[in-house]
Amino acid sequence: MTLKAIMLGAAAGITVFATTNVVADTSDKRIALSNNYAGNSWRQAMLESWQKVGEAAVADGKVASADAFTTSENQATEQAAQIQNMILQGYDAIVINAASPTAINGAVKAACDAGITVVSFDGIVQEPCAWRIAVDFQQMGREQVKYLAERYPEGGNLLEIRGLAGVFVDDEISAGIHDEVKNSNFEIVGSVHGDWAQDVAQKAVAGILPSLPEIVGVVTQGGDGYGAAQAIGATDRAMPTIVMGNRQDELQWWSDEKAANGYETTSLSIAPGVSTLAFWVAQQVLDGNEVPKDLTVPFLAISQDELEDALKTTPKGSVANVEYSLEDAKAVIASSK
Amino acid sequence: MSGDRLRLALPVLSLVVLLGAVFYLQPRAMSYFGLNLLFNLAIPVALATISQMMIIMVNDIDLSIGTFVSFCACVTATFVHDTPVIGYMILAAAILAYALLGALIQLRGLPAIVVTLGMSFVWGGLAVLILPSPGGASPEWLKTLMSLKTPLVPIAVVAPLVIALAVHFLIKRSWVGVILQGVGGNDRAMERAGWSLVRLRASAYGLAGLFGVLAGMSLVGLTTAADANIALRYTLLSIAGVILGGGEFVGGRISPFGAVIGALTLTLAASFLSFLRLSPDWQIGAQGAILILVLAVRLVFIRKGAVA
Repeated sequence: MTLKAIMLGAAAGITVFATTNVVADTSDKRIALSNNYAGNSWRQAMLESWQKVGEAAVADGKVASADAFTTSENQATEQAAQIQNMILQGYDAIVINAASPTAINGAVKAACDAGITVVSFDGIVQEPCAWRIAVDFQQMGREQVKYLAERYPEGGNLLEIRGLAGVFVDDEISAGIHDEVKNSNFEIVGSVHGDWAQDVAQKAVAGILPSLPEIVGVVTQGGDGYGAAQAIGATDRAMPTIVMGNRQDELQWWSDEKAANGYETTSLSIAPGVSTLAFWVAQQVLDGNEVPKDLTVPFLAISQDELEDALKTTPKGSVANVEYSLEDAKAVIASSK
Repeated sequence: MSGDRLRLALPVLSLVVLLGAVFYLQPRAMSYFGLNLLFNLAIPVALATISQMMIIMVNDIDLSIGTFVSFCACVTATFVHDTPVIGYMILAAAILAYALLGALIQLRGLPAIVVTLGMSFVWGGLAVLILPSPGGASPEWLKTLMSLKTPLVPIAVVAPLVIALAVHFLIKRSWVGVILQGVGGNDRAMERAGWSLVRLRASAYGLAGLFGVLAGMSLVGLTTAADANIALRYTLLSIAGVILGGGEFVGGRISPFGAVIGALTLTLAASFLSFLRLSPDWQIGAQGAILILVLAVRLVFIRKGAVA
């Protein structure tokens, strides 16, 4: 390559990336999703939601394109390369569910320097130039205890099912639960690790049950409520109130019990559709609106009366989902200001 | 010499073809800025590939290079950043550990594949101990070096060239390199000629450790922070890079230029597939297909060469 060609190329590169700073009207803007993993039902639902909302937004002329990319392996170096490719492809905004909060910082910074809006969600990035839509896992624990406190103001014994030991999410949810229990009349009499899997949870609960006094409630982390119900159902104990985590099998069991004996509980988790919230946040930033850098994901809670509708829209083996609209995103942004 | 040239022709050709395809798909890549984005993550891969090449040179294989690079990245982002003296001492100790492993493998006649597989868990564990949750920070000079704006040609192109040249002179043009290649070629003969195989294997492993450390450091310079799992992919990438670059598993037949070009080709292949908008489910398979294609073409070349 000659010197002249290189200089011309450099100049072309600079002009391309300098024109992305114009604000307002996002109809010609292109948004890309950089996703690090697609191997479970939550991520599959996340990608489906992105596609659905993205296609609708393109059809409405809100944005020019909304493409989703998933790395072939769940590795930070792969994702960094993927993000650098997106910079080359000239996207105006990149929405990221990150493989690592730090290991793609360099690529994220390169994107910001090229004038690209970077919004991270669920797996957030630490690079300060990016927006972060984080999950408040402690709050997720607190909400469960608050619900149970409403149901049983006089208190009682609780069983806690934890997630995978040593994972940040597990520590956070559990910390929230224990923190809130201090403000209530409850006492946690047992704690087992269910690894967010129904079969593991069932075995763990069945193992600890004989040593427990009467329990009024079970606090969970999602993906473990059905297993707990199976374990407790196999004994002659009265069924405690098990907080569910929006999985289809959990909702189905709850619905069956509700029909049979009016069983009451609640269910909450993060909807995979949070990718669409990140999409609209990116659109809002591109639109020139002022958006705080740190936003919090709202929980998707299912109450006793919403159960049937939620169950109808949740495919087997999947998790209850909701797609966020532009208005929802504006509300989340407003609440964080 | 001409055999070496022919050996190198194919990797160069694959790189040029891929580069042409990428430029066609994404003309924006044809710029200073674009080339840098396309290739800067190939620098640590190239260094890791050189490290793997040192091991393959003596007929062994290193399954721990991915976790070793991750470990070095964690040390760089923590100790080297906070207390440089201790940091560099740890890295030096890591190189020494590699050399000792080489000596141990030679002394006890252990299979390297098993020893390095075991070591991969040790390095991985140490990385988690040093950096239990992702974080740390890159030393300022390293960040500056990796984002250096070199004149005319971006650092992402300059660095691999410099690496390849330096290693070429070390391995192909110095007496040390010739002897080390001899270990891979015929270690008995080397021993009879009066060389200590323990020392030679230790030196090859020590060199591998050195380039592993450099890979970890350059990776942190690029990412600006570390993660205990940051470079797990490098184990397979580095082996594929060496072979793609014209190296062979036995006989001490390796090529530093080829290894670096192999690393660049693998990095580029991933970008190419991503620009093609190929579904991720197919991408790993397609990457493998590119690899098999290049190796198949090489086999045809070598057969023809043998006939002629």
